[in-house]
Amino acid sequence: MIDVSTPPATGPQAQKRGGRRVYRPNTKHIPVLATLALLVVMYSIGVYNYESFGDTQVFLNIFVDNAFLLVVAVGMTFVILTGGIDLSVGAVIALTTTVAATLLAAGWPAGVVLPLVLLIGTVMGLGMGAVIHFFKVEPFIATLAGMFLARGLALLIDRNSIPITNDFWTQMAQKRFRFDDGVFISLNVVIAAIVVLIAAIVLAWTRFGRNVYAIGGNADSALLMGLPVGRTRIAVYTLSGFCASLGGVLYSFYTSSGYSLHGQGLELDAIAAVVIGGVLLTGGSGYVLGTVLGVMVLGLIQTIITFQGDLNSWWTRIVVGVLLFAFIVLQRLVTRKAK
Amino acid sequence: MAEQLKMTGIKKIFPGVVALDDVDFRLLPGEIHALMGENGAGKSTLIKVLTGVYDIDGGEIELAGERVRFTGPLQAQQAGISTVYQEVNLCPNLSVAENIFIGREPRKFGRIQWSETRKRAQASLARLDLDIDVTAQLDSYSLAIQQMVAIARATDVGTTKVLILDEPTSSLDASEVEQLFTIMRRLKADGVAILFVSHFLDQVYEIADRMTVLRNGRLIGEYRTDELPQMQLVSKMIGKELEALEQIEEHAKDTTAVERGTPIVEARELGRDGAIAPFSLTIHAGEVVGLAGLLGSGRTELARLLFGADRPDRGELLIDGKPHTVKAPRDAMAEGIAFSSENRRTEGIIGELTVRENMILAMQAARGWTRPIPRRKQDELVEQYIKALQIRPADPERLVRDLSGGNQQKVLLARWLITEPRLLIIDEPTRGIDVGAKAEIQRLVAQLADGGMAVLFVSAELEEVLRLSHKIEVLRDRRLVEELENGADVDADRIMQTIASGATT
Repeated sequence: MIDVSTPPATGPQAQKRGGRRVYRPNTKHIPVLATLALLVVMYSIGVYNYESFGDTQVFLNIFVDNAFLLVVAVGMTFVILTGGIDLSVGAVIALTTTVAATLLAAGWPAGVVLPLVLLIGTVMGLGMGAVIHFFKVEPFIATLAGMFLARGLALLIDRNSIPITNDFWTQMAQKRFRFDDGVFISLNVVIAAIVVLIAAIVLAWTRFGRNVYAIGGNADSALLMGLPVGRTRIAVYTLSGFCASLGGVLYSFYTSSGYSLHGQGLELDAIAAVVIGGVLLTGGSGYVLGTVLGVMVLGLIQTIITFQGDLNSWWTRIVVGVLLFAFIVLQRLVTRKAK
Repeated sequence: MAEQLKMTGIKKIFPGVVALDDVDFRLLPGEIHALMGENGAGKSTLIKVLTGVYDIDGGEIELAGERVRFTGPLQAQQAGISTVYQEVNLCPNLSVAENIFIGREPRKFGRIQWSETRKRAQASLARLDLDIDVTAQLDSYSLAIQQMVAIARATDVGTTKVLILDEPTSSLDASEVEQLFTIMRRLKADGVAILFVSHFLDQVYEIADRMTVLRNGRLIGEYRTDELPQMQLVSKMIGKELEALEQIEEHAKDTTAVERGTPIVEARELGRDGAIAPFSLTIHAGEVVGLAGLLGSGRTELARLLFGADRPDRGELLIDGKPHTVKAPRDAMAEGIAFSSENRRTEGIIGELTVRENMILAMQAARGWTRPIPRRKQDELVEQYIKALQIRPADPERLVRDLSGGNQQKVLLARWLITEPRLLIIDEPTRGIDVGAKAEIQRLVAQLADGGMAVLFVSAELEEVLRLSHKIEVLRDRRLVEELENGADVDADRIMQTIASGATT
């Protein structure tokens, strides 16, 4: 089978084999570029069809209205990069807003409530991560249980919408960063931008970030390469839990209320944004920047439907569904081409 | 010279199996040591013990004179034992540089120094005479390059004392193997102790200084490569002395010539990548064709291809002289081909069902589940075969798991015989059963062939193959290397020669 009489072919041949690689656009970037192109096309359609669609404020409002979703989607990005999924994020938002509103109404100081609700989400994420790792439970199941738990707890605390009148909360909600020509962004947008920035740095330049990619690429190999697979996996769900509760805080700024039915189906929006942003559902490939674009696509769809005026808001769902489907097929094609 | 690694009295027990029984093993610094044995001899278990994947149930491991015990791959790596597995165990979605350094990237203030990482990766690949774009994704390169990257990762830790290469050459072509050997020689010169596992005997003889032979989880011995001829190595691996092998020849051959018309099954350059190289083979009615070769030489793979359990990548299969695509076992069964698997526990017998239920399984499957076989017909058939095969106890309602191995094997045979196949493929029917049952099954196979059935007989025991077969196909390294008409001039020695040498390809 192996003809050992062949003259040894060492260096040069190997070099040639390596050097023969022709340049092609990095397949990893294709989904992100596709999303960017889609965004440009959608925006152009909006500007062309609707008066004042091109206003800067309209564009900025996409972020103002979706800052909480962006934060949640960043956490989801980490989870999906490891090949997992987190279904609990919407329910964690509901729990966060409900707990925050209830405690604030009871007169607790904001300085205590804010860290507390962030801790609740983080601990829930930690718990789900631990269950997934130590008991080898499918992430789908573990986070589904987390979702029921969080939503149930929220409903147990209060079935009704609770208005938030706390000074600090109101201040945060009304805080605006204005630019020269009168346009503005809210505090939520600034927070979301910081979260995105930190996440991008962590994923690209830290061992934790790279381990996330390695696990998504091949978890068994990662283990044999001596990487801390268990620790990383738990950390990823903890992070997602933290992002969900931070998203909940932003949501309560945005709506000035706490409600146990907030964020219903939001986990699916977050997953959709991540996938449309080009993160591979099987893990190991994708960028936070893609997630930002994904959230922008969702926001832009809503904006267009609002401008159109006569369309039912459920059209958002339909369009998201079609896009999601298209992008999953695109992922399939790109990965197949890479093989 | 002091041993780099010394394992003494290693014992590893899995439920129901002693995988390693009192095995000693040692590695000297600056040597290439081959670990030899058939599949299931305990090589992989020994390697997994050494790399910390399994914990041992007894014995001692000493690394550079110090007693160690590993609780995981990470500990073994930190102690200086690096492993390159047969399957490339890297992350295909990361860059080459990352794959070499992930987990130990150079950092400054917690931030990975990418340019430094790339520079070091380039350097460590340069040591292996490889100059590739380290920023490219790993899966954009061939398997061979990936294997080199795995070696670069394994050897980059300056502290590598022991390098384990588990079947590293199985996916490489000849020039790539040479490239690998050059690297191995260089590492050896640097004083690294290398443990090399390969099914390719030629490669072992080319590169290894010494070898350790295992069989059935036991240590057979440690030899210098230049003092152990290939023939002797093979006989040590399969456990038959040369003299004993020669004696088998004296058994009278009761195989009579068969008339050969149109073959029932003919394979033309049939092959499947990674399983078996393209082969041609004919099987006629009333003929017993034996497959001989070491475990792992591709015998089972060949049989599975004929039965449609695996899909061929190339070549064609003719049934009754007509081209035929066998896509699944169902198609083969429809053509009267039956396959009795070598793993009677996992792929054949269903222990929780009765003898009767096990026996009628294949026939029922062939009829389809909508047409149950009438109970009276079942009883008749089952009784007939229990008698014909002398299954004991002769109780059709007994659970199969309570039967002895030999009787289970007979039940499995009966299951296929009930379907009245034209070609019966039996893989290792006599493994692990006692001598008496063995003889009965052999007699049965001969009878079936006399009755006009074609039989493809797969066995690790040359003696059996010689006694029963009209024609013997010899396999080596997943390739059909020789076809022998069984006659007076064919004996175990002759087959062993083919198995051991690379000359008759």
